[in-house]
Amino acid sequence: MLLGFCALLVHPVVSAEAAVSITVGSKGFTESVILGEMLRHLARQTGIETHHQRQLGGTRVLWNGLLSGEIDAYPEYTGTLLQEILVKENLQTEAELKQALTTRGLRMTPPLGFNNTYAIGMKAELAERLKLRTISDLKNHPELVLGFGNEFMDRADGWPGLQQGYQLPQQKVRGLDHDLAYRGIESGTLHVTDLYATDAEIAYYKLRALEDDLNYFPVYNAVILYRADVEQRAPEVAAMFNRLAGRIHAPTMSRMNAQVKLNGEPESAVAAGFLKQALNLDVDYQIQTAWQRFWQHTGEHLVLVGISLSAAILFAVPLGILAARRERLGPIVLGVAGILQTIPSLALFVFMIPLLGIGGPPAIMALFLYSLLPIIRNTYAGLKDIPPAIVESAQALGLPSRARLRVVELPLATRAILAGIKTSAVINVGTAALSALIGAGGYGQPILTGIRLDDIGLILQGAIPAAALALLVQGLFELIERGLLPKGLRIQTSEVKSAS
Amino acid sequence: MLVISQVSKLYGDAPALAPTDLQVPGGETLVLIGPSGCGKSTLLRLIAGLIQPDSGSITFEGTRLSSENILQIRQRMGYVIQEGGLFPHLTVRDNVTVMARYLRRDASWIDRRLNELAQLARIPEEMLKRFPAELSGGQRQRVSLMRALMLDPDLLLLDEPLGALDPMIRYELQQELKAIFGQLGKTVIMVTHDIAEAAFFGQTLVLMRDGRIVQTGPFKELAQTPAEPFVEQFITAQREPMAQLVEALK
Repeated sequence: MLLGFCALLVHPVVSAEAAVSITVGSKGFTESVILGEMLRHLARQTGIETHHQRQLGGTRVLWNGLLSGEIDAYPEYTGTLLQEILVKENLQTEAELKQALTTRGLRMTPPLGFNNTYAIGMKAELAERLKLRTISDLKNHPELVLGFGNEFMDRADGWPGLQQGYQLPQQKVRGLDHDLAYRGIESGTLHVTDLYATDAEIAYYKLRALEDDLNYFPVYNAVILYRADVEQRAPEVAAMFNRLAGRIHAPTMSRMNAQVKLNGEPESAVAAGFLKQALNLDVDYQIQTAWQRFWQHTGEHLVLVGISLSAAILFAVPLGILAARRERLGPIVLGVAGILQTIPSLALFVFMIPLLGIGGPPAIMALFLYSLLPIIRNTYAGLKDIPPAIVESAQALGLPSRARLRVVELPLATRAILAGIKTSAVINVGTAALSALIGAGGYGQPILTGIRLDDIGLILQGAIPAAALALLVQGLFELIERGLLPKGLRIQTSEVKSAS
Repeated sequence: MLVISQVSKLYGDAPALAPTDLQVPGGETLVLIGPSGCGKSTLLRLIAGLIQPDSGSITFEGTRLSSENILQIRQRMGYVIQEGGLFPHLTVRDNVTVMARYLRRDASWIDRRLNELAQLARIPEEMLKRFPAELSGGQRQRVSLMRALMLDPDLLLLDEPLGALDPMIRYELQQELKAIFGQLGKTVIMVTHDIAEAAFFGQTLVLMRDGRIVQTGPFKELAQTPAEPFVEQFITAQREPMAQLVEALK
């Protein structure tokens, strides 16, 4: 029944892989999303259908997506390629980099024209007071609280290398979302953070970028990476991408970032405005209304939850029965499902990418795995909790094992099994919001965008429907319970009739 | 005829039943009696095939019980336990007829048999629609008996069938049950710890202690010629307090 319900809502979670369509990707920060929109506009100018997987969860997701062909192009930075993605190859020159990309079936446009290097920044007023001018000056202030974007915390060329290079003494270092770091700086809970040189917030929050006196940070020239096969499949698209070379300078990029982040203009419009002005291209684009977005996200979310939860029910109930019936298998089944549950949900989503790519399928698989344990455990417990006298009576009647399960044990475990399904459903609806990080859309999309743009309203556009959906799903299963729960089990008090 | 030959059972390391021999002739009511943990319930569960013996054999009407034939043989045994063991999600009617329906017996046969048994057990027709939670303890035991008798078994196994009932209802049901057994003429094996109940029902009493049979025979024999001091102690322990009270009133 649930499967049929989902079938009604089938909705393209991921773009179809037809030869004539192009998918571009972008990272989870505003500049990347603007550049991604530019790529989408440019590709669509050639008449080819183009999709944009916005704000995917990190460099690795995009890089692997590009290698596997899930996406055809995305904006990247040379510093990231040299220092992070291909660091083991120890490449020195741009020519070597191009060669390394070619062997992987990738192409790189010439630099777009701005160097978005990392910088280390703090409130200008605080820097003035402490007389901090260079990164080396931080050595004298171990009391400062440092907070860095999650990617910067983990990257070899991020905090670990910086701390070693400058011998920085600070112990209080937090990893958090890059966009939230600005809020921490503004409120004073953080003193120092990493900046992107073209961030709009540097001027807005009156920050000072400390001088990189040891020349630690490499150059981060923006480029467009794309698959070499784009040149065969859609040569005009590759040509379009290359038209961006040398056209975007740092002040232009900063201004565009500010238009989106500070003025709240849609990325699509800002990207189109730039293309008109710099390349004299007339881009027609549509900005979805809030309702269109809402229905799109609802559809995506329902597909994610519907398919993963239905599959989980179909697998977990039999597994729970197996665990309850086979003494030896029980602990193994429960153990494996338990281990799955301990994997942090974000990690589970990312683990699925090498196996299933980006978009809907890996998200559904991760949600499926996550939904198993509560159902398995409750099915197991529901069957094990049946009083031995009842089980024995069924045996003594001569009912074979399967008939006992069908006629006696499963009906008696109904309440427990449904409770497990309800728990799974609520977890599933909530966790599905993370799917946006791997390009599967859903209510997580406005939440991610809201965090990126520091827009509470947008966050609520995702959070409130997600909460409402969780309640709705729970209500739905309560209705199902009313229909499925045997009448005899709903009698609460034993109504004792006169003597025997 | 049920023949138990050198049957033993261990629970973990503890012997729940030492190698035991027992024969139950057809049509007789035999009562297994003894203190808690004496092995009487274990012996009954072995006969019902709910647990497997560690040694020995149980032969029922010439067929030796095995895991292959136990499902068939159970259809020829009726089993009633202390709390009835009724399925709480099924009505009285469905509880009683569940096995007959599984075996796809003819619907009119099922109805006829159900009504027969309802009369026998004095369960009024409107009660057939009720669920176990809507019945009194005594009614539940009657229904449990109906379920055990549904397929007209040759052997009736009852494990403390009246143990959870209050004394008045218990007394009433004892009378009725005995009448029913007499009417049906089936082989009955009943477990109880109550010597008066045992004496009331059983042509033969089997007194057990610590996993073995102490003495087998009619109540009169146990009372008059106890095989060992324990037999006398067991009988006295249950009779004496009441006798003393009655004596004191005189």
